[in-house]
Amino acid sequence: MTLTHSAPPRRHPSGAPARRSGRPSPALFSRRLSPRGLLWLAPAVLILLSFVYWPLVQNFAFSMTEWDVYTGTQEFVGLENFSRLATDPVFQRSLLNNLLYAGLSLIFQVAGALLLAVVIESRRSERLRRALRAIYFVPSAISLTVAGLLFYFIYEPKLGMLNHLLEAVNLGALAQPWLGQESTAMLGIIMMSQWQGFGYSTLLFAVAIQRIPRELYEAAEIDGIGPVRQFFTITVPLVREMSGLMVIVTISGAFQVFNEVMVMTSGGPNNSTQVLGTWLYHNGFSRNDFGYAAAIATVIFVVTISIGLVQMWYTKRRRVQW
Amino acid sequence: MVSKGYFFAVIGRVFAWTFLLGLAVIVIYPLLWMLLNGFKTNSELFANPFALPQQFSWQNYVNAWNRGVSNYVTTSVLVTVTSTIATVFISAWAAYGLSRVKIPFSKFWTGFILGGLMLAPTVALVPLVKLMQALGLYNTFWALLILYTAFRIPFTTFLIRAYMIDLPFEIDEAAEMDGASRWKTFWHIILPMCTPILVSTVLLHVLFAWNEYIFAMVFTNGTGVEPLPVGLTSLMSKHGTDYPVVFAGMAIAAIPVLVLFFASQRYFVKGLSEGVGK
Repeated sequence: MTLTHSAPPRRHPSGAPARRSGRPSPALFSRRLSPRGLLWLAPAVLILLSFVYWPLVQNFAFSMTEWDVYTGTQEFVGLENFSRLATDPVFQRSLLNNLLYAGLSLIFQVAGALLLAVVIESRRSERLRRALRAIYFVPSAISLTVAGLLFYFIYEPKLGMLNHLLEAVNLGALAQPWLGQESTAMLGIIMMSQWQGFGYSTLLFAVAIQRIPRELYEAAEIDGIGPVRQFFTITVPLVREMSGLMVIVTISGAFQVFNEVMVMTSGGPNNSTQVLGTWLYHNGFSRNDFGYAAAIATVIFVVTISIGLVQMWYTKRRRVQW
Repeated sequence: MVSKGYFFAVIGRVFAWTFLLGLAVIVIYPLLWMLLNGFKTNSELFANPFALPQQFSWQNYVNAWNRGVSNYVTTSVLVTVTSTIATVFISAWAAYGLSRVKIPFSKFWTGFILGGLMLAPTVALVPLVKLMQALGLYNTFWALLILYTAFRIPFTTFLIRAYMIDLPFEIDEAAEMDGASRWKTFWHIILPMCTPILVSTVLLHVLFAWNEYIFAMVFTNGTGVEPLPVGLTSLMSKHGTDYPVVFAGMAIAAIPVLVLFFASQRYFVKGLSEGVGK
């Protein structure tokens, strides 16, 4: 599972292809500016323009209108939809749920996954390491829909595995309708999501750890430095780039949550599991309140684009060298 | 002193093993439970969810297949195959143009195409529904094909471009001096050299298209064009409490991607680890 095919080496240092460099080659079209070369981009650019960027611009316009469901006419209302957002308790609840999602995912899918990757990579047998990484990744390969339905059944009060398990170990008093009550529903969904996603980040951390030169650990070993200090003085600093990326990707993902909530609770009970995505869907497609849905979409856009810009800035910084 | 260190080493190993095995059980057991429940009768399932099925009968799988899953699978296969082909080709062209042809304003175009990575699908949902309705594509297979392609072009282009940039430019010049056109250079030389990353992008796109939910749910509305993920939820709502059939449907959805993953792990890992830096 190590990276077996790396890209071919970069172009030769100036000395190597000497047989060509002496040749006059002004006529080569591959060296000239080629406006026709834009044709290579044309399909991608046209599709992105029509189905990604244009709807995005339209969304801003929609967010300042109110639609009449019966006549289909739009009316410009300025920022009214946004001021409605500010006083909408379900919107606030959704935002908090997205934040809770981000927080717990950071604990399990960044911190937890890093620790797990270290434990895996410190096993001696390569076959064992590969098997462990693959097993933990399995839930990430199946869809969130299947995982969500599966956990819907696991949490189900009558036939669900969880309550039966609690009864089997004499903790039957703790058995409850996990997704059916406000106090536990959101946590239930988030924990399903951790189950589904931790193997993915563990795999990525394992790849980052494999890139750390073994000699560093051997030297630490000789100096009598224990595994805990090795973790903090070698592993953590040298996988910093990956950790940073995982933090960003995880937070961004937490604000785009939709699938698992829709499958497991559709935002209920009593809107306690609404997140921005499902609240948008509910307003746009159950209530046909398109303007309001577009305003929620704008909020998601602002959050994710800000995180995206942080990520761009982060990856452009100098990489950790060793 | 030595024995004390040894003692802690043993404790550490036992602890690590318990942790790793416990986690493996937490991952595997629910999946096993899902597969086994697909073989049970409904009364068996309600009587004792942990028990093994009395007999392994494929009846639930047959029922699931006949109650719509065959349609969902057909749609899913069709959308997955066509959108994979469209996405990978369009992205490979764009990646070639961005990385190996001197185009005017190349920085702008790179930003334009890769900038799409930052946009969440939910953001454009309302206008997209209006657009697809206006084009008469709402509730058709075409809506999914177009959207799966459009929203994955940035990511796929990003991966292929990063790989193409590292190929030496002498290749293109040598091909040109031998009389190859741009198209021939792309098709016969550069593209074959990119096979490893192309395999990774194909796999990642298949995984995406097979599992995608939000577009599938919003843009298909019954009438036999829903792909599997949406089909599963309607199987669930239509057939009330015949849960073993739902479990069988879930297994049918999960097994193809699992087989694909185990058959091609290293390409997955390559694609995933390159892609996280998007």
